[in-house]
Amino acid sequence: MSEYTVNKSYAEINARIRAGEAVVATAEEMIDIVREDGPVAAARRIDVVTTGTFSTMCSSGAFFNFGQTTPTIKAAKVWINKVQAYAGLAAIDIYLGATEPAEDDPLNKVYPGEFRYGGGHVIEDLVAGKTVLLEAKAYATDCYANTKCKKELCLADMPHALLCNPRNGYQNYNCAVNFSDKTVHTYMGTLKPKCRNANYCSAGELSPLLNDPLYRTIGLGTRIFLGGGIGYVTWHGTQHNPNVLRSSGGTPRQPAGTMMVQGDLKQMSARWLRGVSLQGYGCSLAVGLGVPIPILNEEIALFTGVSDKDIFTQVIDYGHDYTNRIQRNYGEVSYAELRSGQIKVAGKKVPTAPLSSRVKAVEIAETLKRWILDKKFQLGEPVAHFPTADFSLDDKE
Amino acid sequence: MYTRIYFLRFPKETSDQPIIYYLVKRYDVEFNILKADILPQREGIMIIEFKGNRENIREALSYLKDLEVQVERLAGKVSRDDEKCFQCGACTGICPVGALYMQRPEMAVLFDPDRCSGCGLCVTACPVRAMTVSFDQVVVEEF
Ligand code: SF4
Ligand code: SF4
Repeated sequence: MSEYTVNKSYAEINARIRAGEAVVATAEEMIDIVREDGPVAAARRIDVVTTGTFSTMCSSGAFFNFGQTTPTIKAAKVWINKVQAYAGLAAIDIYLGATEPAEDDPLNKVYPGEFRYGGGHVIEDLVAGKTVLLEAKAYATDCYANTKCKKELCLADMPHALLCNPRNGYQNYNCAVNFSDKTVHTYMGTLKPKCRNANYCSAGELSPLLNDPLYRTIGLGTRIFLGGGIGYVTWHGTQHNPNVLRSSGGTPRQPAGTMMVQGDLKQMSARWLRGVSLQGYGCSLAVGLGVPIPILNEEIALFTGVSDKDIFTQVIDYGHDYTNRIQRNYGEVSYAELRSGQIKVAGKKVPTAPLSSRVKAVEIAETLKRWILDKKFQLGEPVAHFPTADFSLDDKE
Repeated sequence: MYTRIYFLRFPKETSDQPIIYYLVKRYDVEFNILKADILPQREGIMIIEFKGNRENIREALSYLKDLEVQVERLAGKVSRDDEKCFQCGACTGICPVGALYMQRPEMAVLFDPDRCSGCGLCVTACPVRAMTVSFDQVVVEEF
């Protein structure tokens, strides 16, 4: 499909958004549109498809510049509400990671630990407008004489705050089970022994990268819904790996692409950035993320028409295999099966539970759609694309 | 499976009898002792969770009453903070009685307090601590 029947540019779509004429569908609505009208007619009619996902996303955090003290300080060690931030950047620039637990946290000493408060919770508290306690230690220099400081401040007092997540929005993820004979507490939730439950974590047909499986439109500079505000895709995320097994429709059948995203924390909302405590594992941040996909041609329309029955993932054992890096799977299941509440693993019926919120994913896709229809949000055209895989729909048909 | 938590107060005369053993043997109820304070020739107390068929549990409880064991149902009041809950669904894989469950196809997570046994498992399984259990209230129930 080198020549497309429909050819639209970002500029044309943005002009239609400004004129209030753009036709927008959520990724959920697009499934029926493509099935009923076919990809060419769908591409002619629909300008943008909105996606969404809301779940725990490790590899998140924020840069802060916390403002100078008198006398000045070159902070070497910094804590916010007893959660340590990385201070080896400059005088008062710090990076606070979402999975950093509070310094006095008992961790897993009493197993499974609760991990009540960490970096993700600090970010949520700040965005909620709460006052936090910042403590810093430093060595003195001629230009920075202060050796310690302690101050209460809120987000508005910080000269600069940037949410900066090196890896978000995993394109597909494992379905986790536990074949060992004891309960395990993992980042994929609590897994009962002898494969008595299965957890999965993807927005499936609503997930950004599953609607643009080969990264044709999502790239550096894509404007997105991030934490309730506006953010950008700024690089492919860490562990981005396009070269995995794919379905005939192009979607990966195992974890593949990822995005690095960032945006001004001050315009975000605590509804869409939530500190989380994963029992026995640690702290993190749940991030609301939504990406608009411009329907430039019929191929992209076809991609965005993907539904849960066409998206597959691998069943992986987190009781033994994952920790020991054993490459083995216990079969493949579709997201339609996972959503039904029951899958079959090794011939046995196993109940499933999601970790990613479908309800919130739909709400994000709807919000982004409304922003575009209200002319509040225009598409960002990528200035560079993610590394992708050699894949063509034609080869498979 | 029917699960309930009870507060038992044993009169002194019963403290040397293998009551729990009989409960299992005669009435086929599974149990989980959450707290016990029993000393020979003194009044004892126990907080115990029974699991099993509703009828068997009822019979087991009337057996206890015949022995003059005081029985009170401990209904831990479990509630969900709907503002905090972000409808992920993690708790639905943990709740043993289906009090937290998915409504399909929307995938909304619903909580039915009437089905809840008060086991408390969802409290730490919920990543945003939307579920809370308070054991302050002891509900005396007629059996
Ligand atoms: S306390 Fe929580 S896990 Fe236990 S039965 Fe009630 S809702 Fe389910
Ligand atoms: S685990 Fe917590 S946040 Fe998730 S659905 Fe259950 S109560 Fe809501």
